[in-house]
Amino acid sequence: MPRDVDPRDYQGVWVYVEQDGGHPAPVSWELMGAGRRLADELGVQLAAVVLGSGVATLAEECFAYGADRVYLVDAPVLADYRVEAYSRVLARLISVYRPEIVLMGATRVGRELSGAVATAVAAGLTADTTELGIDPQTRLLQATRPTFGGKQLATIVCERWRPQMATVRPRVLPMPERRHGRSGPVIREEAGLREADVATRVLERVREADRAADLERAEVIVAGGRGLREARNFALLRELAEVLGGVVAGSRAAVDAGWIGRECQVPGTRQVGQTGKTVRPRLYFAVGISGAIQHVVGMEHAAVVVAINRDPGAPIFQVADYGIVGDLFQVVPALTAEFRQRLRAAPLTAARVTRAADPAPSGEERAPRGGDGR
Amino acid sequence: MHSVVCIKQVPDTTEVRIDPRTNTLVREGVPAIVNPDDLHALEAALRVREEHGGRVTVISMGPPQAEKALRRALALGADRAVLLSDRAFAAADTFATTHVLALAVRRIAVSHPVDLVWCGRQALDGDTGQVGPGLARRLSIPLLGYVTSIRTVDPVARRIVVERRLEEAREVLEAPLPALVTVDGAINEVRYASLPAMLRALEERIAVWGVAELGADPEDVGLRGSPTKVVRSFVPSPRRGRVQLIPGGAADPRQAAALLADKLIEIGAVRARAADTPLPDGRPAGEVERGAPGR
Repeated sequence: MPRDVDPRDYQGVWVYVEQDGGHPAPVSWELMGAGRRLADELGVQLAAVVLGSGVATLAEECFAYGADRVYLVDAPVLADYRVEAYSRVLARLISVYRPEIVLMGATRVGRELSGAVATAVAAGLTADTTELGIDPQTRLLQATRPTFGGKQLATIVCERWRPQMATVRPRVLPMPERRHGRSGPVIREEAGLREADVATRVLERVREADRAADLERAEVIVAGGRGLREARNFALLRELAEVLGGVVAGSRAAVDAGWIGRECQVPGTRQVGQTGKTVRPRLYFAVGISGAIQHVVGMEHAAVVVAINRDPGAPIFQVADYGIVGDLFQVVPALTAEFRQRLRAAPLTAARVTRAADPAPSGEERAPRGGDGR
Repeated sequence: MHSVVCIKQVPDTTEVRIDPRTNTLVREGVPAIVNPDDLHALEAALRVREEHGGRVTVISMGPPQAEKALRRALALGADRAVLLSDRAFAAADTFATTHVLALAVRRIAVSHPVDLVWCGRQALDGDTGQVGPGLARRLSIPLLGYVTSIRTVDPVARRIVVERRLEEAREVLEAPLPALVTVDGAINEVRYASLPAMLRALEERIAVWGVAELGADPEDVGLRGSPTKVVRSFVPSPRRGRVQLIPGGAADPRQAAALLADKLIEIGAVRARAADTPLPDGRPAGEVERGAPGR
């Protein structure tokens, strides 16, 4: 087992590219952005690892998102994702090529696969990290993650075992820019497995729209917490969300209480926070949410955060851009009415409404003039 | 059918508070509970026993007081409980934890061969979800993860068929026994323990296995056997700290709403959208939550 290994025997940063039927999970590219940064800080190469069947075309995408090289295992035995097969192939690649860091998405597949692989190769694995950095002195990966139900953060290192593995949740990291024309070597490897070697069978597989994707991709999110007091009060949030073209979400307290998200099959689908989803909307309303770290790690990357809470000391105000201290049962309907009135008449644009409040922004943002009589 | 169920005693994290003065975690007085997903794993194992006969053994690695979690499992119907407890196990990460669990399952299997190992999807306090996959790997048995339904357990053909759910897919998986199943909380409703069963569980003897009983190398367990270590724990300081408070929230909510609307429109956070702009999946905007059944 590679404990007390000489860290110098392990070099390079790997990103595991999760794919389903040839469709890459977006978190893979988000990881590529972080992997690029870590590799540059260490002065080593960034490699993408692609496993599957009929997935060779993904290599080009890997280069476009920053990979220096791609390890590719393209084999029929990998047509269905099965943790048994995938973990054996990935573990073998790691043993042969010895990367110092391996990053994977903290999706359901990524979590079980990383758990199996880390055990197989005796690596240190940190789940669900929200921040990755390199200690310049020790060159160790510093992986920070929420613990204790998200009440505090812990920075975790792996000193004497290699590789250092970490999973990162979708949407925690920004999507890097895709650059055409980058290229590099593709190292093709055999799976080293036959169908007879894999005991598990996938008898059925139904792809289903991810309801969480509504939340993860939403531009505007209106989230409610304990302050909502009961399920039916979420109607207030739904009305506000509807006016703004957004979606409704809940804190852990609200989801655990069954006030929201009951309809979702996957637990946490409607939940923002460490045990739920991480979101990056343009606008996030935290309504009746106190702002425990467990929640904050899921929404702190929102461009603009509005907090509405009765308690002026609620921690949520420390991560908010705008705050209203008051009774949500009065403030939220007032906001809904306000936006309904302002956004009604015609499809407005931000530029047009700004005229009264602000100097008009530059030309191309301006709405077409005339025609609606305003 | 012999099932081994791995359970963990965890602090009820909803009760954990931050001391605002010291900015540290207040752990004192936090109630300890059986990790919720693990109770669903136990329930699933009990149902397999009810259908096919056999036995259910429950194991837990933890401090001596984790015995309480095992008594709860006995009260719910487990046949036997083993506490894996030793000072040397302290501060184990998931790698060292699965090592101890694997030794225990192997030892249990010596007298009663094990057909199914069950774990909850993840623990409330660590939230890693790594123990099930790691344990399956250590035992070299198939892993069936995120299981939402047990379709069939066939003791004769020695196979299990389950449904499981990923973010964007539903799968039906088949594996030979023995296999390890991690269950999703949606799999079942956990039963209640009867009072007589609870009283009986208090009387039962719970074996305690440590390094010696398991034949473990102290180098492989606890902190020493853990690849990862926590170098810093902290309650983060606010990242923004630049909140602009809109006045009048209590006295005049309508005015506060108007002021906030001004701000949000001014900075472009609220943009109007053509009324017929569909959401990415084609439904009209605003339908996302309203489509929910049962409201």
